[in-house]
Amino acid sequence: MTAVPALAVEDLSVEFRTRSGIVKVLDHVGFSVDKGETVALVGESGSGKSVTAFAVMGILDPAGRVTSGRAVFGGADLLTLSERDLAEQRGRELSMIFQNPRTALNPIRKVGQQIADVLVRHGGATRPDAPRAAVEMLKRVRIPDPERRAEAYPFELSGGMCQRIMIAIALACRPALLIADEPTTGLDVTTQAVIMDLIGELAHESGMATIFITHDLALAAEYCDRIVVMHAGHVVEAAPARALFAHPCHPYSAKLLAATPGETASLTELASIPGGLPDLRRPDLPACRYSDRCERRIDDCTKPLPHRSAGERHVVSCWNPL
Amino acid sequence: MNLLRHARYVLSENPVTGLAFALFALLLMAAIFGPLIAPYSPLQSNAAMALKPPSAAHWFGTDQLGRDIFSRVLVATRLDLSIAFASVILAFMLGALSGVAAGYFGGWTDRVVGRLADTIMAFPLFVLAMGIVAALGNEVINIVIATAIINFPLYARVARAEANVRREAGFVEAARLSGNGEARVLLGHVLPNIMPIMMVQMSLTMGYAILNAAGLSFIGLGVRPPAPEWGIMVAEGANFIQSGEWWIALFPGAALMLAVFCFNLLGDGLRDIIDPRQRT
Amino acid sequence: MLKLLLSRLATAIPSIVGVVVVTFMLTRLLPGDPAAYFAGLAASPQAIAEIRTKLGLDKSLPEQFVTYLVDLAHGNLGNSLSTGQPVVTEIATRLPASAELTLLALILAVGIAIPLGVLAAVKQGTWIDHLCRIVTTAGVSLPVFFTGLLFAYVFYYLLQWAPAPSGRLDVFLSPPTHITGFYLIDSALTGNMEVFWGALRQLALPAISMAIFSLAPLARMTRGSMLAVLGSDFIRTARASGLAPGTVVFTYAFRNAVLPVITVLGMVFSFLLGANVLVETVFAWPGIGLYAVNALITSDYAPVQGFVLTMAILYVALNLTIDLLYGLVDPRVRLDS
Repeated sequence: MTAVPALAVEDLSVEFRTRSGIVKVLDHVGFSVDKGETVALVGESGSGKSVTAFAVMGILDPAGRVTSGRAVFGGADLLTLSERDLAEQRGRELSMIFQNPRTALNPIRKVGQQIADVLVRHGGATRPDAPRAAVEMLKRVRIPDPERRAEAYPFELSGGMCQRIMIAIALACRPALLIADEPTTGLDVTTQAVIMDLIGELAHESGMATIFITHDLALAAEYCDRIVVMHAGHVVEAAPARALFAHPCHPYSAKLLAATPGETASLTELASIPGGLPDLRRPDLPACRYSDRCERRIDDCTKPLPHRSAGERHVVSCWNPL
Repeated sequence: MNLLRHARYVLSENPVTGLAFALFALLLMAAIFGPLIAPYSPLQSNAAMALKPPSAAHWFGTDQLGRDIFSRVLVATRLDLSIAFASVILAFMLGALSGVAAGYFGGWTDRVVGRLADTIMAFPLFVLAMGIVAALGNEVINIVIATAIINFPLYARVARAEANVRREAGFVEAARLSGNGEARVLLGHVLPNIMPIMMVQMSLTMGYAILNAAGLSFIGLGVRPPAPEWGIMVAEGANFIQSGEWWIALFPGAALMLAVFCFNLLGDGLRDIIDPRQRT
Repeated sequence: MLKLLLSRLATAIPSIVGVVVVTFMLTRLLPGDPAAYFAGLAASPQAIAEIRTKLGLDKSLPEQFVTYLVDLAHGNLGNSLSTGQPVVTEIATRLPASAELTLLALILAVGIAIPLGVLAAVKQGTWIDHLCRIVTTAGVSLPVFFTGLLFAYVFYYLLQWAPAPSGRLDVFLSPPTHITGFYLIDSALTGNMEVFWGALRQLALPAISMAIFSLAPLARMTRGSMLAVLGSDFIRTARASGLAPGTVVFTYAFRNAVLPVITVLGMVFSFLLGANVLVETVFAWPGIGLYAVNALITSDYAPVQGFVLTMAILYVALNLTIDLLYGLVDPRVRLDS
């Protein structure tokens, strides 16, 4: 019997109204995250990874609209909840952290205060008790000298520190799910590792499920249990990390792997992926949005995408998988 | 030409700008042809017809001396627009030249121009204009000078910023390398290049210049009766508004509002055409 | 914070120096003989010569400047020709009237413009947004003396809601005990409510006329700033953390959005102080603006110079206050300086 996943996204489609037309950013996206599991959402820029997260959290840009699908979390479909109910869940049951931590924090509010705001809002602490609870949170994210740091403003802290503050804000109420949108972009390599380790430890401590959004496959492989590969608003493959690296089934996943610097690959060996993302405003988008760039294209590829099993918890959406 | 096509696009997107251009044309006509087409002489008084409300004979009514207000408002267009235009041109010449020099050369030029602009900005601008006109003498030319001086810092600042940006630009390098002296590069290449942005500034400050000149005339500085000018006409009308003769002040005031409104819209529209990034 | 105060004071000093120098130069720019100006239109050549020696106008320019500075230090701004009184006393008695009017206008303008701008940004596209756009576009085109006149006509003459523009108080009421010189504050402090309402009624029309004039830049800046902040990253984080909408809009967004608005206040004050002169003329308000305008008409020069100097010093002080206020709200300025 399979346990109920922490988050199950089914058939999610999102479109954006722009000046130049309607952009079908997401098309029937589906994946799930189990309790305590770490899943990576990988793909090129523009593949729709962040949009998926924003749609689930309910913080899509006003020009965006969910046209189909469900996001089942805690027994309810997040996409049908009212804004008020959703705001109750956000920050308490499911949280999100963003890239560019410095700009993602309120520049004129002390960081301790920002953590306290979330605690007070979701009942994690009473108002008089909140400052102390905020300092506790700072300790949990391993910030040295937490009492003094709580009184600091974001501009006085380094990028890595700011990211820890964001993690503190996100995890203050011990959510069941954390979505991390490229949390290490813009940080130096050492800090990257430290932040990823921190998130991993905290997740493990509380049995929290995590979704990592990244374009860095190597990072995903190192820190995640499963990887979901996205391309142009589609999920093309989902597999345990090791299985994906050992045996990628979708041509795009294989190309991504080949383009990823590994320990032994030199820069000259890195292959680039030919072509570019299709124009998502086209009314005549093919069923498989990768088919225009694909070497393995066959006639079947004009049919709606299949979901083929390629192993234990390994699904690929391709008519001609590797 | 690309600019024309872009201009047509902006006009179609934003019909209000088209309205502004039409209004501007109207004002220009009034300024140029006003004295020729006015039904009455603006200076001709007729005691028997004093303080008459608007009628078929006198569309805007008559004032305390029996003069036709419509003719006076129409003819006043020329004076008000010329004063504003002259001060804007003067402010532009002073401001753009010093600003461009400050932005291009930096160093002492920059400091001096900056200090000058800051000193002017340390005053409430209308008050400074009052002081300048009082000091230089109660003449129309001094209104132009005073308005130009208080607008100088704005032009200097914009010109300086633009020149700064262009200092290392390709076309400037090319001009330098072709053996042009610095002054030549400045006047012949940098200045013409920033003209579009300066035009937007000029249009935007025309409205302010009109208000300024009218305000000064309202308190008795510069233009003196019986010359028809919107500001002093409102001042004259102010004496009669409490006894119910509203038309003497209303029509020149409305003309003022229309002119300022027109130039503000024009400036916004020009800015959209030339540099849409600056939209609020 | 103290460091901020001192550094801002340091930048105010060159401004004050500039102001003093310029006002000095303005008297020397008079076409013809400055002595004749100060002696008045009807003065005999002998009187002019007396004034010349008395005011030291026959000395060299640097010497005159030093005399000017010494006079300023002693609070000597010369004497008014029409009344014979020291200009500085006349300005001091009239200053509270102008200050009360301008401050009330500012409070009104801020009280309307900021909520309007915030609402227009939060509820983009609704009628409030359109109202805000109309206010900001039309507001900058209105000549303040014209709006004042229109208001007087409509609300006093036609509707009889407002009292006659006869100054700070109706003839039947007497001013409250002098504490600050502000009738509203003084009457409230002494519990003299009849005078309080009387003063407020007289203040209403002129203050509203001035307020309308300064609404436009404030509302426009608030709306623009609020829109920019609402689209920023940290607001996204705040929403993703599930913070209540009120917290997001007011505690998080508004406090950040208000910073450029504070910066714009400097420009708004420049307009207000200029509008003050025009509104006082329209409503015969006994402040320093009307004082200066009357002096101009009678070619009484010393009051005009004193007025320009006073207004400028006031403006420098106001800008300093605005800078400090900004530093209070934005810790980046406070701690970085």
